[in-house]
Amino acid sequence: MTGAAALEITGLSKRFGQALALDDVSLTVRRGEVHGLLGSNGSGKSTLIKILAGFHTPEPGAEVRLYGRRVPLPIAGGRALGLAFVHQHLGLIPSLSVTENLRLGDLATRAHWRIGWRAEHARAAEVFARHGLGLDPRVEVARLSPVEQALLAIVRAVEDLRGASAEPGVLVLDEPTPFLPRAGVEQLFALVRACVADGASVIFVSHDVDEVREITDRATILRDGRRIDTVVTRETSHDAFVERIVGRSLAAYAGDGKRLEGAEEPLVEVEGLTGPGLPGPVAFTMRPGEILGLTGLIGSGYDAVPALLYGARRAGSGRLRLGGRGLSVAAIEPPEALARGIVHLPADRLGAAGVGSLPVGENVGLPVLRRLKRAFGLLDRDIRDHAVRLGAELGVKPNAPALPLAALSGGNAQKALLAKWLQLEPRLMLLDEPTQGVDVGARQDIWEALDRASAGGTCILIGSTDYEQLARLCHRVLVFARGRVVTELTGRALSKEGIAEACFRSTALPGAA
Amino acid sequence: MSTPQIETYEARIRALEERLRAFEGRLAPPVARPPVAEYAERYGLLLAWALLILLLGWFRPDQMFAWNSYATMFGSTAMIVVLTLALIIPLTTGDFDLSVASTMGLSSMLIAYWNVRMGWGIEQAILMALVVGAVIGAINAFFILWFGIHSLIVTLGTGYFLNGVILWVSNSGPISGVSMDLVRAVILTRFLGIPLSFWYAVALTVVIWYVFQHTALGRRLLFVGRGREVARLSGVNVVQVRAGALIASGTIAALAGVIYTGMRGAADPSSALAFLLPAFAAAFLGSTTLYPGRFNAPGALVAVFFLSTGIMGLNFMGVPSYVQNLFYGGGLVVAVSISQLLRKRRPMD
Repeated sequence: MTGAAALEITGLSKRFGQALALDDVSLTVRRGEVHGLLGSNGSGKSTLIKILAGFHTPEPGAEVRLYGRRVPLPIAGGRALGLAFVHQHLGLIPSLSVTENLRLGDLATRAHWRIGWRAEHARAAEVFARHGLGLDPRVEVARLSPVEQALLAIVRAVEDLRGASAEPGVLVLDEPTPFLPRAGVEQLFALVRACVADGASVIFVSHDVDEVREITDRATILRDGRRIDTVVTRETSHDAFVERIVGRSLAAYAGDGKRLEGAEEPLVEVEGLTGPGLPGPVAFTMRPGEILGLTGLIGSGYDAVPALLYGARRAGSGRLRLGGRGLSVAAIEPPEALARGIVHLPADRLGAAGVGSLPVGENVGLPVLRRLKRAFGLLDRDIRDHAVRLGAELGVKPNAPALPLAALSGGNAQKALLAKWLQLEPRLMLLDEPTQGVDVGARQDIWEALDRASAGGTCILIGSTDYEQLARLCHRVLVFARGRVVTELTGRALSKEGIAEACFRSTALPGAA
Repeated sequence: MSTPQIETYEARIRALEERLRAFEGRLAPPVARPPVAEYAERYGLLLAWALLILLLGWFRPDQMFAWNSYATMFGSTAMIVVLTLALIIPLTTGDFDLSVASTMGLSSMLIAYWNVRMGWGIEQAILMALVVGAVIGAINAFFILWFGIHSLIVTLGTGYFLNGVILWVSNSGPISGVSMDLVRAVILTRFLGIPLSFWYAVALTVVIWYVFQHTALGRRLLFVGRGREVARLSGVNVVQVRAGALIASGTIAALAGVIYTGMRGAADPSSALAFLLPAFAAAFLGSTTLYPGRFNAPGALVAVFFLSTGIMGLNFMGVPSYVQNLFYGGGLVVAVSISQLLRKRRPMD
């Protein structure tokens, strides 16, 4: 169904400091169209959505029109204009009933002196019947399946639009599918098609090329903040999509994966690993000093592995052999992992990795307090001196251990926290997005520190979606899809583009059930 | 630009970056705040104490400037110091213990009951009272940690429960005639003119200061309170540490009960409960001084005596006794407000 434009965006740019996140992007979504929005990390997809949602103010010169009417920027009150959003975190309150969630916007803002719950439930049931869903309005949302929750969020957005705007409206679905099983995705697509048949338009943001090919009419691909192309989905092959997302022809590229010298027999062996967020089973080995990258699209489960192997989250099953001694992953607790020479640096820097309100020195010294003790006991001075030594090695600036950790920049806090674990000379280091929110200089310092540790024989496991980092740092990269390893990249295949391509192809591979 | 030109520039950039690094390495750490402010914060409460004495002394010089007033006051408020020390241990690990005053009251009543009514030896009664304190701490820990209930709710409940137990044991009346050995050991014997009870409080302050400041356990307590997940992922057994803190709190609160009984040679069912708020006020006021931003033992000691000096002075001036409540209640709110101000000045500390 083609027709007049529902949403027209022209000349949209957004600058964050030095970086241009969006560069003169134009996009038209027609009435009654499902329009895909694709791109890898850092392509500008989420910035675009955030501008539409009113979180960011675009640079001057941009124009956004909804149903022909110009929208003042930054966008305020998107719902009344005919814009509704369903984000990956669906915005439902689990402890409230389906009806309460459905009418949340109304109940929260309007002055209802009396709520007739019988009538509200009946109205909700009516709404679900109209959309062909069999949701019980009285049940608590926490008891719905993930699919039902996603459907509820979409129905709520559609209903909000219907109530708020005279136009059919544009519904933005921001990665609604990565955690849903295949059958659930079908159901969700059926609902999307029904909305479109009523005249609404849908922007479907996703990493999954196959899903985009299945549900969208047209699709726009962003890369490095620019609009690369808008294509008619039916006429575009899977490869053609991947090529546009990754940004080069698929034939020729030179990989720059590092070669690993030394012992051939593995130091780390993982078998049959499963756990929350990781259907698995996953198996892999690591040689001494190997830097192994784990990656995949959102929802593929790669990010669960480091925390599971450390016991930060309880694994369902699996065995870990480290230097010939095996143990059950489901039974690992952090103290035990530490005793065996396993350390874990979580991505949540000030929530799980370090305490922002306590001095850098104490954060760094925490795992080695026993070593720092002298006859009288622990002295603040010894803790500080120790942290100064380690901070100098890793280039923490300012190297002032008395400052609270939160006073350091992201990169320097990360260096300090890395020092906290590197001082133990671990056998296996588990990292989760080690350079997220870290400036370029600190990134380089961190990579060099990891290279040094690797040269010293430490196995380093890195979960990350930063393809450039993985290509620069790793000897080998495993690509995950639907909780399993589907591709292994080494040598020439290990480049930023090679990893991106493998990720975007991953969902179509046979290993991904 | 041609390739050799670019290479030249790249080389120059590299050289510059190298020099920058060298400079940055040599930079002295930034002085976060002038040392004067640091000192003012650390020793502010001591200064305020001195000013308070001078101010009250202006009106009642003969009493406020008499050593004997202080010697008596130090001795008679020692149990509040001990109670405050009990409180700051779970506060450091991030748990509130609202049952400390009730534990103190129960301990006091049990000693009197066992010693006077049952005829137990005083040593045996004291020992059993301390065991009861530890058991109360363990019960608190069980409900807080096993069921995952907020400490505020659990200890509010157990505290009230213990009040009932006190009334039951005592038949709602006071018990007097506790062994004079205890009274002698607590209040009648003086060292440097101050009753021994004060020295017990000082000794316990030193012990807790040492544990907090100079042992690995102390740092672990702090990490558990400030970032449970960080502590857990750093290999600290968070459940064990929190349970230990609550048991220590119960035991030390029972010790406060021992001193309280010794001070009066008797126990009554209700008066100990009035010490909950002073202990909280002193714990928070103490956390603004000496080691600002942390609950600390010497700070708690100073805070108790600061508050007690105020009360004593007001008593000398013939101010009615309800002013005590105004002073302690106001003191708690002011103390927390001050620590909040500190927090704003130094983010998140």
